Amino acid sequence: MTVRPLPWLRPVLYALLVGLAILYLLPVYVLVVTSMKSFAEVNLYRMWDWPARFSLESFVHAWAGSETQGFRGLSHNFWNSVRLGVPATLLSALLGSLNGYVLSKWKFRAADTLFALLLFGMFIPYQSILIPLVQVLRRIGLYGSILGLIFTHVVYGIPITTLIFRNYYATVPGELVEAAKIDGAGILGIYRYVVFPISLPAFAVVMIWQFTSIWNDFLFGVIITPRPAVQPIMVALNNLAGSYIVEWNVQMAGALLAALPTVLVYVVLGRYFMRGLLAGSLKG
Amino acid sequence: MTQNATPTRVAPALAARAVRRGGRGPTADRLISLLLIAPSLIVIAVFVYGFIGFTAFASLTKWNALAPDFSWVGLQNYAQLFSTIRFQIDLRNTVTFTVLFLVVCLSLGFTLAVLLDQRIRGEGLFRSVFLFPLALSFIVTGVVWRWMLNPGSVQLGSTGVNLLLEKVGLGFLKSGWYTDPRIGIKAVVIAATWQMSGYVMAMYVAGLRGIPEELREAALVDGASSFQVYRHIIVPLLNPITLGAMIILGHISLKIFDLVVAMTGPGPGFSSDVPAFFMFETTFRGNNFAQGAGIALILLVMVAVLIVPYLVYSLRTETQR
Repeated sequence: MTVRPLPWLRPVLYALLVGLAILYLLPVYVLVVTSMKSFAEVNLYRMWDWPARFSLESFVHAWAGSETQGFRGLSHNFWNSVRLGVPATLLSALLGSLNGYVLSKWKFRAADTLFALLLFGMFIPYQSILIPLVQVLRRIGLYGSILGLIFTHVVYGIPITTLIFRNYYATVPGELVEAAKIDGAGILGIYRYVVFPISLPAFAVVMIWQFTSIWNDFLFGVIITPRPAVQPIMVALNNLAGSYIVEWNVQMAGALLAALPTVLVYVVLGRYFMRGLLAGSLKG
Repeated sequence: MTQNATPTRVAPALAARAVRRGGRGPTADRLISLLLIAPSLIVIAVFVYGFIGFTAFASLTKWNALAPDFSWVGLQNYAQLFSTIRFQIDLRNTVTFTVLFLVVCLSLGFTLAVLLDQRIRGEGLFRSVFLFPLALSFIVTGVVWRWMLNPGSVQLGSTGVNLLLEKVGLGFLKSGWYTDPRIGIKAVVIAATWQMSGYVMAMYVAGLRGIPEELREAALVDGASSFQVYRHIIVPLLNPITLGAMIILGHISLKIFDLVVAMTGPGPGFSSDVPAFFMFETTFRGNNFAQGAGIALILLVMVAVLIVPYLVYSLRTETQR
């Protein structure tokens, strides 16, 4: 026991924690309960009531859309986000790993300065690059496509992925690399046979981080892909939620569907998720 | 760093070694290392610094129509922006949001971390509950909280949080939330805090774990109360974490966009509008590219003022280590 609270404080402590936990879970309660009510039962003025019977109608509408009401479901956009997130994440991780390797084990003059300049790129408000970005993507024919989004996410993912790998490789003893050099291995050989095999934890952190940020991104999606058929999930969810013809329970079900992949990642791989978060504060 | 020293004088010896291992001596490695990192550096130079330069240039031109018009107008766009009521409200909202968000999020995060630091049963479970909103998108958070803070109507009755407050006998706390222009952006702080306070908690928990037990125990033995231990030993030791959290939250709140889009939009009388949203509308809906570029650059300067000293400080202390 570290700082011993007085004995009577103990129940107060637990009461506080449970109370706060309930407050944090309230939105989840509404989200889940609402999306599981049947249309007949959905009522804004009874939104805290437990459903009389469970129904998946809301999910079906949010996923597949409704032709009679004339709105698109999220299914298509969900797969768009998968087709965007997976390759962009893999590419980002590979680039970050190579950059981190060079910047930690093959330092050249001005490497630290360049690294600082690189890092600044992860904090900039993307508004300050959007106008030329759209022009350039148009020019090279990537505007309005998932490929354009992959490209954008990979480019602006370079700073954070490089940071995480550089910090990770800084903990790898230099002797390991030196020994491999003496054995006659070159830079690529050392990466392939010494560094890459022990990079798994860093790859996990970076891939989870990148996938989550790409999945959750809205700004790049809404700017680069104006066509609904190409849009990633968060842009589609925002459209769904902003439409007056879509009932609020369908919006809630849509929000739940859109949140599912990253929440699952968090539940299963929470430990790595945390490390990525803390790396974001430069203290990796 | 030993790899840095590759004098050219020893070139013959190096060449001999290079031959021994198939033509890949240290100089070749040096070259390959530069080739490996060059694409990223070039891409960042163009897509970050080049683009910022272009945006800065565009903000000084007459380009306020679909077709580019690069006639120079100096600071005219900025002068016009600062005299626009919407932008003035936006800047005020940004300050309100940032200050409130930082204060509430830091205090809540710190409280949660201290509570969890008392050897709690089920600590992992509690931590997950406070942390999971971080895995969500601001869009999801915005959609949920828009319904949570939907006040309902006098005729038909309350909804969301208001309804819940009525049910538990706290009806006097009912509010118009984001529909009330006097509250506006402050309602967005509630949702943002729900999402981000777990992050602060996690940072503080990591910090608290790093403080040696002996330090606390020594103070307790010396007769300090628990409160004094926190006040005089633990909080000062956590200062670097507080600083880090302030920087991270601060730059998020200056850039806040998604949450406002999904939750409130500009709100009545722009009461929940922010510069990033104004930029989006004026640029990509109104084709006022020069004006949008101006807003973007003001945002960038605000973020840079916060981030650049922190970056320099972090990297300095890193080299000193």
